[in-house]
Amino acid sequence: MMAASLSLPFTRGLRRLFGNRAILFGAIILAVVLLAALLAPWIAPYAPNKLSIANKLKPPSFAHVFGTDEFGRDIFSRAIFAGRISLLVSLGVVCISTVIGVLLGVTAGFFRRLDAPISRLLDAMMSFPDILLAIALVAALGPSLSTVILALGITYAPRLARIVRGSTLVLRELPYIEAAVAMGLPTWQILTRHILLNLASPILVQASFVFASAMLAEASLSFLGVGVSTDMPTWGTMLASGREYMNNAPWLMVFPGLAIVFSVLALQLLGDGLRDLVDPRLAKET
Amino acid sequence: MARIARALLNRLWGMVIVLALVVTVVFVIVRVTPGDPAAVMLGSDATPQDIAQLRTKMGLDAPLITQYGQFVLGILKGDLGQSIFLNQPVTTALAARAEPTFFLTLFSIFIAVAIALPVGILSAVKRGTLFDQIVVTLTMVAASVPSFWLGLLLIQAFAVGQGWFPASGYGGPDTSLIERLHHLVLPAMALGIVNSALITRFTRAAMLDVLGDDYVRTARAKGASEKRVILKHALKNAMIPIITVIGLSIAMLVAGAVVTETVFGLPGVGNLVVSAVLRRDYPVIQGALLVVAAIYVLINFVVDILYILVDPRVRL
Repeated sequence: MMAASLSLPFTRGLRRLFGNRAILFGAIILAVVLLAALLAPWIAPYAPNKLSIANKLKPPSFAHVFGTDEFGRDIFSRAIFAGRISLLVSLGVVCISTVIGVLLGVTAGFFRRLDAPISRLLDAMMSFPDILLAIALVAALGPSLSTVILALGITYAPRLARIVRGSTLVLRELPYIEAAVAMGLPTWQILTRHILLNLASPILVQASFVFASAMLAEASLSFLGVGVSTDMPTWGTMLASGREYMNNAPWLMVFPGLAIVFSVLALQLLGDGLRDLVDPRLAKET
Repeated sequence: MARIARALLNRLWGMVIVLALVVTVVFVIVRVTPGDPAAVMLGSDATPQDIAQLRTKMGLDAPLITQYGQFVLGILKGDLGQSIFLNQPVTTALAARAEPTFFLTLFSIFIAVAIALPVGILSAVKRGTLFDQIVVTLTMVAASVPSFWLGLLLIQAFAVGQGWFPASGYGGPDTSLIERLHHLVLPAMALGIVNSALITRFTRAAMLDVLGDDYVRTARAKGASEKRVILKHALKNAMIPIITVIGLSIAMLVAGAVVTETVFGLPGVGNLVVSAVLRRDYPVIQGALLVVAAIYVLINFVVDILYILVDPRVRL
């Protein structure tokens, strides 16, 4: 009986979460992509770099469901392994941008004196188109997997910082925060116990959008040849190398492209659904 | 009137501060290069003499604060430095490639707005219908498509398949403007369609916001035609968020242009930046970053002014 009553809020929460169609569809697509990436060594029919010149540029068939590339490598296997790197990059970007964004946003929102300088810095950072700023940072730091993650993390941090700042400004004026200040609770405790905990929802929503943007940006950087090494299969590098053969072998660009579209779509659906749950007033936008 | 002038001056001052910060951020980015930027630019075959020479040419020998002072002074004089590989001033290199980027951005925003405004308005008016659901789904999908991938698909369909448009390039120096614009149709479609998604969603949301307002109900009650209610009463008041998102989209279009220009082999600023990155031509990267960010800040300023023109209640 006790266990049943304890599990009620959890069940209700889950029902509310997945009762939202956007979240449900987004979660299903994302789960498929995640599972495929995690289980890549077991479900990929071939090694991603296995060459087979005899089978080069073969169209989709039972043996190679997505066809083969110019070196006879299996596109399906490569697309699954590429998903691992694309997801890893996006996850890294979300972590870095969240840490920087929360630090800057909470500081700007909670400490009045620091609000103006930090806000102006965020304005300046947001004046750079994301890809251009990321390209410049990768050029400065040198192209590698970690610098791509760092560059995109820095690029997207201001987006999170803005949202966090706005929410902190609202929270700071609430009576229970004023009460905590009046009671003499140390600032770090107010920030960690009361402010940060209440920021979880807006951060989660924004993080899902940053995840989607990072995935698109990583693909763009890889496609341009200024991202991760071309030896590493990502959806972007697959599109870049497949471009040369797109007249004769369109499957080289169709499948990696669709992988990007579905993953980004899933993240957008999740972000939209979560935002509607957090702020039902915005539900009509979708 | 004096209040508006004061508000504009405030906004102008804010813009100057942001521009100063943009300059600082650009200066810092190039200086965070691990090791010596001159050595990185010249590659592993460079002799110490070559590196020393380039360091002097780029002003990297001076203390950081002096370098910053010279950088700011140069910008104020309109000097963005010298491209190492093109052997010409960065401003000349940027100006020579500005036209395709300018027309591409303009053409794309035209396509995006031409799709987004009517579709967004209609979707809001027909809220909850099948049309509305299709629009919501399509905008979601369009926002998930990388513009460069859509570009590749368009090349396959309309350049290779039908032969209606050129697959790449911008025409030679003697080509007419019409011919050049013909080269821009596919890249502008790729960028415009992707960016129309965001504008459509904002237009729909802004229209939904105002369509439920009292004055719209009053206009209907007074017998105004539906067309007049939507276009005159509702749209006019929904314009502020729509203008904002169009302004924002221009920045996104510039970002998208970097990749799209590469796909379509357009000799624009984006292509220049990508080749500069591959050659580690830092002055060009620095200059392009600065110019594009400055344009974005200026667009934001213009959008703020438009707010006043569209809605006199706005006092910034």
